[in-house]
Amino acid sequence: MTSIPYYPGCTLNTVAKPFDLSARRSLKLLGIELAELAQWNCCGASFPLTPNNIIGLTGPTNVLIQSQKAGGTVSTLCSFCYNTLRRTNQVIKEDEGRRTVINDFLGTSYEGDVEVVHLLEVLRDRLGFSELKKRVTRNLKKLKVGAYYGCTLLRPKSAAIDGGETTRIFEEFLEAIGCEAIEFPNRGECCGSHLAMSNEEVVVRLSGAVVASAQAFGAELVTTTCPLCFYNLERSQKAQGSDTLLATRSEAVSDPLHGDWLSRPRQCLSPSGRGQTPRADAGKGVSPPMREEGDQTPGATLPVLYFTQLLGLALGLPEEELGLGENLIDPRPVLRAKGIVREQLVASS
Amino acid sequence: MSKIGVFVCQCGNNIAGTVDTAKVADEAKNLPGVVHTENCRFLCSSPGQQLVKEIIKTNGLDKVVIAACSPHMHEKTFRKASEEAGLNPFQCEIANIREHCSWVHEDKTKVIGTEKSLDITRMTVERVRRNGPLDKIRVPVTKKALVIGGGVAGIQAALDIAEAGHEVILVEKEPSIGGQMAKLSETFPTMDCSQCILTPKMVEAAHHPKIRLYTYSEVESVEGYIGNFTVKIRKKAKSVIEELCTECGECTAKCPFTAPNEFDSEMGKRKLIYIPFPQAVPAIPIIDRDHCPKYVKDKKKCGVCAKVCGPNCIDFDQEDTFVTEKVGAVLVATGYEVMGVERFPEFGGGRYKDVITGLDFERLASASGPTGGDIKRPSDGKVPNRVVFIECSGSRDESKGVAYCSNICCMYTAKHAMLYKHKVHEGQSFIFYMDIRCGGKRYEEFHRRAVEHEGAVYLRGRVSRVYERNGRLLVQGADTLSGSQVELEADLVVLATAVVPRIGAKDLAKRLGISYDGYGFYNEYHPKLRPVETATAGIYLAGACIGPVDIPTSVAQGSAAASKVLALFSNEELSREPVVAEVNTATCNACWDCETACPYHAIQREAVKDRAGNVLRYVAKVNEGVCVGCGVCVAACHSKTIDLRGYTDAQIYAAICAL
Amino acid sequence: MMKISLDTISEQNAFLDQVERESGEDLSRCYQCGNCSGSCPVSFAMEIPVSQVIRFVQLGQERMALQANSMWLCVSCLQCQARCPKCLDPSKVMEALRRMSLRQGKGPVALAQVPDGFLERSPQQAVVAGFRKLIP
Repeated sequence: MTSIPYYPGCTLNTVAKPFDLSARRSLKLLGIELAELAQWNCCGASFPLTPNNIIGLTGPTNVLIQSQKAGGTVSTLCSFCYNTLRRTNQVIKEDEGRRTVINDFLGTSYEGDVEVVHLLEVLRDRLGFSELKKRVTRNLKKLKVGAYYGCTLLRPKSAAIDGGETTRIFEEFLEAIGCEAIEFPNRGECCGSHLAMSNEEVVVRLSGAVVASAQAFGAELVTTTCPLCFYNLERSQKAQGSDTLLATRSEAVSDPLHGDWLSRPRQCLSPSGRGQTPRADAGKGVSPPMREEGDQTPGATLPVLYFTQLLGLALGLPEEELGLGENLIDPRPVLRAKGIVREQLVASS
Repeated sequence: MSKIGVFVCQCGNNIAGTVDTAKVADEAKNLPGVVHTENCRFLCSSPGQQLVKEIIKTNGLDKVVIAACSPHMHEKTFRKASEEAGLNPFQCEIANIREHCSWVHEDKTKVIGTEKSLDITRMTVERVRRNGPLDKIRVPVTKKALVIGGGVAGIQAALDIAEAGHEVILVEKEPSIGGQMAKLSETFPTMDCSQCILTPKMVEAAHHPKIRLYTYSEVESVEGYIGNFTVKIRKKAKSVIEELCTECGECTAKCPFTAPNEFDSEMGKRKLIYIPFPQAVPAIPIIDRDHCPKYVKDKKKCGVCAKVCGPNCIDFDQEDTFVTEKVGAVLVATGYEVMGVERFPEFGGGRYKDVITGLDFERLASASGPTGGDIKRPSDGKVPNRVVFIECSGSRDESKGVAYCSNICCMYTAKHAMLYKHKVHEGQSFIFYMDIRCGGKRYEEFHRRAVEHEGAVYLRGRVSRVYERNGRLLVQGADTLSGSQVELEADLVVLATAVVPRIGAKDLAKRLGISYDGYGFYNEYHPKLRPVETATAGIYLAGACIGPVDIPTSVAQGSAAASKVLALFSNEELSREPVVAEVNTATCNACWDCETACPYHAIQREAVKDRAGNVLRYVAKVNEGVCVGCGVCVAACHSKTIDLRGYTDAQIYAAICAL
Repeated sequence: MMKISLDTISEQNAFLDQVERESGEDLSRCYQCGNCSGSCPVSFAMEIPVSQVIRFVQLGQERMALQANSMWLCVSCLQCQARCPKCLDPSKVMEALRRMSLRQGKGPVALAQVPDGFLERSPQQAVVAGFRKLIP
């Protein structure tokens, strides 16, 4: 049993508990212990883009410093954490000015030498996908799974897995555990991210396009490494249906965003979507799904899984330990139909 | 009796698609004189040509008809093949059954196409039966070149030809060579001083032992043909005896009068005996007879220049003189001018003194210009705090009659913005543009430098008007990138006005017998493949007289045209196609209708003498060097005295009868 | 169509300078190819596209740049940054505009407007990121 420092981050510690647990349990079966950092704090979720926002860098820097104490490497699961830590590390390493200010503020002397790795990289580079393939105990029957990277694993290029855009790490992982990886065009398009809090329409549309794209390319499931993508992809499908959690907050959708823009003439806006905001029906309860010409329209709902839930399945973990039942869109009917899990699942091993 | 071979080409499906070529070949066998026919898939291919040659030899053919594509395509090919098989090349004729037949007919049953192909072939056979052998015409080459225009293109061409050891006559209509480039301040994209790089070339051209310079001179007439032109040059009276002038400048210094200097866009003054700019080559002054009191008032008045001139070279009574030169080639490099501001009433051109052209701005920025290189606006001499540049002024503007892009404005306007910033640090430039076209080497980088490092604000849109409000110029236009109407004040407005041909470009073209486009730019023989030749053999082009070009291209074209001249001069004599008119001197009644009709001045008068040498009468004679074989004289001749070789009346008549 | 005057160049430059300082991006480098607007997944919902926001900044048109909903819809997905041929990062410009706007007390979402129950069930990262970007 080897061990690797592990930074779960806030979301995995709370609403995305199944993500965290499935990872720990699966990795244990593979002989790797995810050793949670002794002390950690929120990474800040969004990387502070403006160069003078130094205070936003102190949180992730502190995580990096804790990682250094734990051995100089830190593994993450959440794409946001991965992205924020990598980019912060880059700033500390390359920008002497900001490094000095941050170190002065924290009373530290961190130089940016921690290695931030994603769990996918751990599986590929430490264990090896060929080794992983040998450890698989449950046949996933070439389940067609769309590998959804989202934004933060791929961009910016300087902080991305394998340099972003052309990486196949996720697909290779899926192939190693016995799935058929579906490489679909929207695998790196945005899900709508934090606009979940303020603009449902945009999230429904963006996530809808991701789901539709995966389905159009034959995916039976879609998998992600990000709890927010997971949330948006699931909820947007529910919102498309009707009784939804998203719909309950439609009152917050548009007005506050538009402000005095309403008083402006619109001829500069294109006749497509932009010109129609704010929608006349916004704030009147259930918001209809946004459909426009050329929209990809998802058909049946597409279950969303964390990649570690799939990993656990392949390694033979029982579904209760993977939290499959906690998903908003139950993936088990698809898995049963494929014969991957039985009607009444009995714990194997 | 002729032994004619007919070769029918299928040209893949180009001909065979609508013509039954086998049938054409088969039926052609029955034509009088035809002894052999062939139907071939690609006659112009190497095996096809080989076939033609072999059949000529094995069947002892003496005439050949190729029924294929236009003679423009492969007449040369097959005449050469025939020649290689031992025939006189002019015993081979083309029957055009592609452009004239298969391509214009859609009848897939091939009935119409086949019938028409047979007609065409039959006509050609009848014509070729009457073909006589023709020999190429040989003409001598005078290895001396005339270069018209002493701008950078002309100077480059003259130097290249002279360096190769041939004599050059360089004619410039202004008092100094240098052209428009001499007016420029700096040059893009390297920002080196225009005069600093040009004047060494000017001096080199002036002092080159092989170059004879005629400044303040114009080409009056050009006669003759390739290798043998006769040129008449008018040397306008400078009122200064060039041979005596030592270029001391004393006369200019003492001249008490001034007039606006054309070289400085009339923003500065010059004396009435003057050189246009300090680095002028030659630095021999001329007297401005339009203003000098010696000419416009009382002849007795003034005369200071004559008094101070040491070598006594002032000649107030000097007249224009003419020189005649014989040359083998003519190289035209007459350059361009720019549209004047008065063409832009919407921008206040001509109304507001501070609305100027880009070329005017060059003079303001030039160290030798009217302000010594300080950017000062013409109206009151103040340094402008904001300058608005308007690109595409007149260019790409069909309402102004110019549909083309003037090519150089994007770059020189970027340069102007930089020069302005370098000279007026606190100044702000705004540039209205439609597109940025910077296709040259290091050009885009140069343009971006103006934006990114020199603070030029580019606004994407045209300006609708420039007007005055509270004593300031207001520019009203658009920025389509932000979707806004834009209005801003300006201290100086610079119009990047369209590059247009020189006034008089068309007149010169007529004198030279070369063609020009609707704007007056000279036409290349082929815009891509023969870009510095004209359709008139022996006359070449370089620089902006062809179309708007920048300095590097002008220089490259100058050298390119020079290399064409040198290729010509590498021959002792030239040979050309013998398809020219021929006079039967026995029947010519000397009515001279042919002489009147000939557009190429190819008809000469030849004396018929008795043995004692007395002239009995004159008859028409065709100058074979000049004649292009157009046939106008043949039609004009009442006595059927003139015939066109290769297209004799007898041949044409027989061809028509065969139809 | 709005009409803008470029006569107060010093104040306009001050706004441009501020955005450039705040974002760390040299906006004179932007040549308005429009690739950011073309790649932005949220363009459809923006009142003016990203490239035009940058254009208004280039021309120092503060009101026009800050008035549109565009910056509030930007989620920093970095498609624009990945595609920019001049290696600029428009997302930084958007962030700069958001911060400048928030400092003026103009934010798009008040805490009270966040829907009931959202904070409990949504991923913490959405809340953190959202609060950082959208709330004064």
